[in-house]
Amino acid sequence: MRFMLLFSRQGKLRLQKWYTATAERDKKKMVRELMQVVLARKPKMCSFLEWRDLKIVYKRYASLYFCCAVEEQDNELITLEVIHRFVELLDKYFGSVCELDIIFNFEKAYFILDEFLMGGEIQDTSKKSVLKAIEQADLLQEVYDYF
Amino acid sequence: MPAVSKGDGMRGLAVFISDIRNCKSKEAEIKRINKELANIRSKFKGDKALDGYSKKKYVCKLLFIFLLGHDIDFGHMEAVNLLSSNKYTEKQIGYLFISVLVNSNSELIRLINNGIKNDLSSRNPTFMCLALHCIANVGSREMAEAFAGEIPRILVAGDTMDSVKQSAALCLLRLYKTSPDLVLMGEWTSRVVHLLNDQHMGVVTAAISLITCLSQKNPDEFKTCVSLAVSRLSRIVSSASTDLQDYTYYFVPAPWLSCKLLRLLQCYPPPEDGAVKGRLVECLETILNKAQEPPKSKKVQHSNAKNAILFEAIALIIHYDSEPNLLVRACNQLGQFLQHRETNLRYLALESMCTLASSEFSHEAVKTHIETVINALKTERDVSVRQRAADLLYAMCDRSNAKQIVAEMLSYLETADYSIREEMVLKVAILAEKYAVDYSWYVDTILNLIRIAGDYVSEEVWYRVIQIVINRDDVQGYAAKTVFEALQAPACHENMVKVGGYILGEFGNLIAGDPRSSPLVQFNLLHSKFHLCSVPTRALLLSAYIKFINLFPETKSTIQEVLRSDSQIRNSDVELQQRAVEYLKLSSIASTDVLATVLEEMPPFPERESSILAKLKKKKGPGAVSSTEQEDGKREGGELNGGGERGADSTIAASNASTPSPSADLLGLRSSGPVSAAPPSAGSLLVDVFSEAGPAAPAAAVNDDGFLSSAPPSVVSEDPAPPMPQSDELLHKFVCKSNGVLFENQLLQIGVKSEYRQNLGRMYLFYGNKTSVQFVSFSTSVTYTGELQSHIHELSLNVQTKPVEPLVEGGAQVQQVINIECLTDFSDAPLLNIKFRYGGALQNLTLKLPVTVNKFFQPTEMVSHDFFQRWKQLSQPQQEAQKIFKASHGMDKEVLKGKRIMENFVCAGVIQTKAQQVGCLLRLEPNAQAQMYRLTLRSSKDTVSKRLCDLLAEQF
Repeated sequence: MRFMLLFSRQGKLRLQKWYTATAERDKKKMVRELMQVVLARKPKMCSFLEWRDLKIVYKRYASLYFCCAVEEQDNELITLEVIHRFVELLDKYFGSVCELDIIFNFEKAYFILDEFLMGGEIQDTSKKSVLKAIEQADLLQEVYDYF
Repeated sequence: MPAVSKGDGMRGLAVFISDIRNCKSKEAEIKRINKELANIRSKFKGDKALDGYSKKKYVCKLLFIFLLGHDIDFGHMEAVNLLSSNKYTEKQIGYLFISVLVNSNSELIRLINNGIKNDLSSRNPTFMCLALHCIANVGSREMAEAFAGEIPRILVAGDTMDSVKQSAALCLLRLYKTSPDLVLMGEWTSRVVHLLNDQHMGVVTAAISLITCLSQKNPDEFKTCVSLAVSRLSRIVSSASTDLQDYTYYFVPAPWLSCKLLRLLQCYPPPEDGAVKGRLVECLETILNKAQEPPKSKKVQHSNAKNAILFEAIALIIHYDSEPNLLVRACNQLGQFLQHRETNLRYLALESMCTLASSEFSHEAVKTHIETVINALKTERDVSVRQRAADLLYAMCDRSNAKQIVAEMLSYLETADYSIREEMVLKVAILAEKYAVDYSWYVDTILNLIRIAGDYVSEEVWYRVIQIVINRDDVQGYAAKTVFEALQAPACHENMVKVGGYILGEFGNLIAGDPRSSPLVQFNLLHSKFHLCSVPTRALLLSAYIKFINLFPETKSTIQEVLRSDSQIRNSDVELQQRAVEYLKLSSIASTDVLATVLEEMPPFPERESSILAKLKKKKGPGAVSSTEQEDGKREGGELNGGGERGADSTIAASNASTPSPSADLLGLRSSGPVSAAPPSAGSLLVDVFSEAGPAAPAAAVNDDGFLSSAPPSVVSEDPAPPMPQSDELLHKFVCKSNGVLFENQLLQIGVKSEYRQNLGRMYLFYGNKTSVQFVSFSTSVTYTGELQSHIHELSLNVQTKPVEPLVEGGAQVQQVINIECLTDFSDAPLLNIKFRYGGALQNLTLKLPVTVNKFFQPTEMVSHDFFQRWKQLSQPQQEAQKIFKASHGMDKEVLKGKRIMENFVCAGVIQTKAQQVGCLLRLEPNAQAQMYRLTLRSSKDTVSKRLCDLLAEQF
């Protein structure tokens, strides 16, 4: 995977994760361009599209679009489920996640994504393993905070 | 504000975020941010030491501001400080900040690396994982330099926790992708492969991504992974849906891992071990069977996961392209998806079928779905799906259905989306050309194309129709008639005027007998369009007019009058004015004979790659050019305007540089221009077939007289130096090259020119003194090494050198002639030792003389049948040498990318030695997906096969 973006229906970027070195200027340009393309698409359309030399796989959950850019030979359907698994992880962690959770706890969203994907590849597909890692961290925090 | 406190709430951060959200305008937001930045800056600069919590909070705020799209130029130091905190969340925020805002500031990188180093050696798994994540996120070269050695150790150490192993595997993958040269293969590689057997599914899932990437680059070292992957896959595929507990996803056992296993297998050819292969085929069959079973859940996640595996399995089946049964089953399965209610599945089925269409086993099966695909083109609501349908129609097109498909594509063009029109036009043009049996159909199609989508018809398309009409005299009359009719439309596209002008100018005479299209009528029709056209078209029309004067003397006065008018002869455009003046003069001065010679009919165009095919390749990226197309193009290239004389498919093109083979051209392997009349060059066969530009120099006669009677080798006093380390590399540079610079340093440049005929060769060495000081005691000698020496009684090469002058003036160049006779085949190159004194210091260097056995190749022409017969005859194992290797120069992506099944390149030739002639056959099979080649050499002599294989493998 090259990058993952989360943005709202209003075109506000909520989360961005880049798995290859990209200059800030290019990032901004790509985000702008891609949001335009994806937001213009209608609900029943297919979730895949060719964009530049990449394949884009996206899905909308409530007000948020999750959008992944993958390589030519990558599997579209499994990428769609990568998105879904990430949503499930967020949901489980925040308890029925909404856009506001991601805005106010953006750092947590990044941590969860990092536990799930690393360098653009899946690290673990088990919900339990990923969440265990995150919750352990929270636990560590609380313990330390009381000292 | 929502209740957000999960784990560690940072109240200050939440307040800030909500302030930003409440900003009514962009200006207000910027104001609020600047205020916050000032605040943070003063806190960081203040005398009071900040506690860890505040530092974390402020760093987090900076991160938030950065992610909003504002620049952040401070705070890095504070983030680095957080790394050394022993509070997990502080460390975590520090790492996050660094991951997001990498700074190549070297001072900082050193500090960060220090922090990472400490965490990696902490033996605290959570800290280790954080550090590994940071390396993977940043992935910079500095980090690779610092940690590429350490991470493999962590990965394979027996006592590493599973979670750390997972992170280490993916971290290493990232480093390998960014700096492959720093990740050294070693003892750990074999242990990494065995992670495929790991108990922990998470470890396998992470490790397989790494293994796949490493296998693509080093297939031989990792080939043991094939059998491991097959057995792992087989266990997953046959497990019940609940066996794998948390790794079962909506009733599908380990879908991610399954997909990755199938992808890993696509890096390799089908397993050779019968048992492994049997097991794999069984898996693939099970996957296909499962697709037919009723779903275990109605959730889309279930079907997506299941179908993800199915599509990956189909990709593997296509990659192998050897199991007709599976290919046809795959095709039937995809056929069902073509009418599925899920748009995603229809899209993927169309896409996947495109590749199936290029396999000889499934091409027919794909064709049975033509009606469905045409329907998709007409009714799909999503343009990206329609695009796939158009691609598939293009891929499944052959002689039997070309007329139907072209007609459908033409009618689709009338309503097609603007974004894909140009590509559609190119595709229609290519199909029409490729499958034209009757040329009137071809001309009709292209003119229709111009009528329907004139704006999208690029120059290449109308150039091509003209090329073909010029080259086929049986279609010229029809073309003139049709274009004349088309021009009568009240509004016709400028491209139509161009084609019309050109064709009537050449062949208007063929329809001039009919009073309805008499010369004057034709001229008036063309001229009626003149004023609406752009300058280039007007220029073209002027040329058509002067051609008319030649074709129809009766139009002369009318046309001269037009040319003489102020709007022509005084036109403000220089080109138009010049043409008008010159044509007018030409028509009044020149005699009829001269005019007829000057304005003679255009000669046929030389055969070359269809300009539109080239354009499509350029435009679309090569995915558009399917492999059937390449093959068909090869088979049928030339047919339209070459009249089939070339017959590329009956002759295996073992030609040398001067015989252009249409196949080689199409594949873009060489850049040979139109047919050149040069005599066959004496260069070796392989040089010609594979070098970028075949040697163009005609064979200079090799002077046989006195060939073996040259002076004795020069005497040297000091022992020659051992060959330089780069001498092998230099040698490989010359395997397919006869001329060039062999060696260069600050003092000396050595150039080479060489020519070979049969078993004889002559080489000119040019020693250039690059300094302004003279070289003294300059001497050279040629010696044998290794295997050549051991055969001393029976020399393989007879090398004769003529001595050179011992003095080389500054800036001067001396030449040395070396005669070579190949007695028997050989592997090692002779050594060339050069000694001289430069300013008193002795210079002593040894290079390999660029003489390799392939130089003595003589190309052979043979038809494909003969080739394969001989190929089979040379079937003893020792006669064959094979190498599978990574393409080191990258494949010609334009041509090869996206093609799963590649045709072979084959060559035949004879190595000429004094003792015997050794027939050699070569096959090169590229695999664009893996960016690898398989090169197979067969010859009657094992040493020759092996040596050629070694030599040539370095060339791709």
